[in-house]
Amino acid sequence: MDIHEYQAKERFALSGIPVPPGKIATTADEAEEIALSYGCAVMVKAQVHSGGRGKAGGVKFCKDASEARLHASNILGMDIKGLTVEKVLVTPAEEIETEAYVGVLIDRESQAATFMVSPDGGMDIEEVAASTPDRIRKLSVDPRYGLLPHQALWLANFLYEDPSLIRQASSAISQLYESFVESGASMTEINPLITTPDGHIKAIDAKMSIDGNELFRRPDVADMRDLSAEPASERKAREAGLSYVKLDGNVGCCVNGAGLAMATMDLVKYYGGEPANFLDIGGSSNPDKVVSALEIITSDPNVRVILFNIFGGITRCDDVANGIVEATKRIDMQQPIVIRLTGTNEELGLKILQEAGFSAYTSMDDVVEKAVDLAKG
Amino acid sequence: MSIFIDDDTRLVVQGITGRDGSFHTSQMMEYGTRVVAGVTPGKGGQDFAGPGGEKVPIFNAMDEAVSKTGANTSVVYVPPAFAADAILEATDSGVSLVVAITEGVPVLDMARAHAFARDKGVRILGPNCPGLISPGKAKVGILPAQIVAEGPIGVVSRSGTLTYEAVFQLTSVGLGQTTCVGIGGDPLIGTNFIDCLEAFELDPGTEAVVMIGEIGGTDEQEAAVFVKERMSKPVVGFIAGQTAPPGRQMGHAGAIISGSAGTAEEKMKAFQDNGIAVAERPADIVSLIQDALK
Repeated sequence: MDIHEYQAKERFALSGIPVPPGKIATTADEAEEIALSYGCAVMVKAQVHSGGRGKAGGVKFCKDASEARLHASNILGMDIKGLTVEKVLVTPAEEIETEAYVGVLIDRESQAATFMVSPDGGMDIEEVAASTPDRIRKLSVDPRYGLLPHQALWLANFLYEDPSLIRQASSAISQLYESFVESGASMTEINPLITTPDGHIKAIDAKMSIDGNELFRRPDVADMRDLSAEPASERKAREAGLSYVKLDGNVGCCVNGAGLAMATMDLVKYYGGEPANFLDIGGSSNPDKVVSALEIITSDPNVRVILFNIFGGITRCDDVANGIVEATKRIDMQQPIVIRLTGTNEELGLKILQEAGFSAYTSMDDVVEKAVDLAKG
Repeated sequence: MSIFIDDDTRLVVQGITGRDGSFHTSQMMEYGTRVVAGVTPGKGGQDFAGPGGEKVPIFNAMDEAVSKTGANTSVVYVPPAFAADAILEATDSGVSLVVAITEGVPVLDMARAHAFARDKGVRILGPNCPGLISPGKAKVGILPAQIVAEGPIGVVSRSGTLTYEAVFQLTSVGLGQTTCVGIGGDPLIGTNFIDCLEAFELDPGTEAVVMIGEIGGTDEQEAAVFVKERMSKPVVGFIAGQTAPPGRQMGHAGAIISGSAGTAEEKMKAFQDNGIAVAERPADIVSLIQDALK
């Protein structure tokens, strides 16, 4: 789960990381009012879950409150990579001497939270890693000890030469690790971490993604979910316990298991079609889940055919067949349904479908080819 | 022959009294797996009734279960909030393999558990995995037993149902398996592709290996290099997620393209560059394996 910049800064502040003040505005009036209260030049920053906000024109320097009003009215409602800007952060503009990068993420190889720091902040860290890897210092944190003080210092030493800045950065790096762990994050970054002319460091931009598996024990973090930042269909899927990702094609896919769901999408493409979505109904044979899945798929106006690909392992084919029959009774569907059902209790499942007027395939390739044909027709 | 589990496997089920734990314990026992103990804190002293009326003793804690029954493998069906503790307890109890089925364990909890297990020299499989099955010998986890058969193919995969699809196709043309292993869909897993490939290479019963990967991370790319440098047996590969958009989690917590890294294209290229035959679709796996065995 991604959280916004202003929310990440709230998390940072809880751990003592120096962040500039800032307030959220949802209208141009509010933005002007906030800028007036600061009485200085401000930045107006779009709050969306996307990188490249600056390039898209979603981050503006404003010399006074009336400029803040103007820019906020332009940015609010703006579309950035398919996301509508609903909120802007208004924050005093800082004087910047230097820009550094400090980030933490879960590294699969070392199986640990891993720091990456660079004195070259303000740009995409992947670019720095690709072009000047010697400008990055990395450290994996042993989860049994946490980040040790000398390790934080070793990272800070790579960023600055001035002893006061090193001391401040070392402390912020330790605080960032604390914030990472206490937030249940999977990734967080300060980019840039700036130094000001009077010799202070500040986190003027912040990113954080939360490990969804942590949310059950961190209600304060779970409350940070911005419901307006995800498509309604994905929210409905999440609430129904389904994994769903909307795509741009017209073959609606309903599959059990994430790997098989991806392979099904790939096969749609292989036969010349375009998948409309990723959807994993999980191991459940609960008819309610099948109903939710069908409601979500059919709510996408692009969908021209619905493709079921079910491999019954633990899931029983007869249960899924009952779910499909029940679901089609409960919701009115315009699109044709093609079904592949094989595995545990296959014969029973096929019988149930036949009695309800459906036919089913047993081969994945056959059913996908048929679905692609129907989508074209 | 087989890898990781066989006729000598003596299994303890953690969370044996739960809904999933009890259902799958019966399934494992029906397949012939020797389930020697169960653990559910607070239910020690009771018995679990097996499908044939067998009684499996339940203990409050892992150390007791292991010392009283000689269990050497554990399987974890404990809910996510308590799973990491159960895994840690298992790694500290004397078993040599811990199979963690639970989906949804916080990643930072697993970072700690994996570090602890490495120190203890205990293998963790998973979490968020379907487990493994050595046909004709033992099954630990949730893989459907009716689709497997004994034979010379090793199967290793990050996915559940996609594995079933591949195994089902192999079995239906008469190609049985030594062991089918689901390594799990989480970002931090205890046993990776290389661990399984190494074991299959050493297993005299395995003649060829099917490796099923997906988007996210670099495990497949590293495994590809391992195949080229260290394996004499042929490997056939498949990667799911060619149509997955970047930056989106595709069901599995670990199935995500980060920036430009971890794409299906990159992984398939790594396979090809290192002499692994790549199946374009699941249905091609069988013919590629048949070619490899010629």
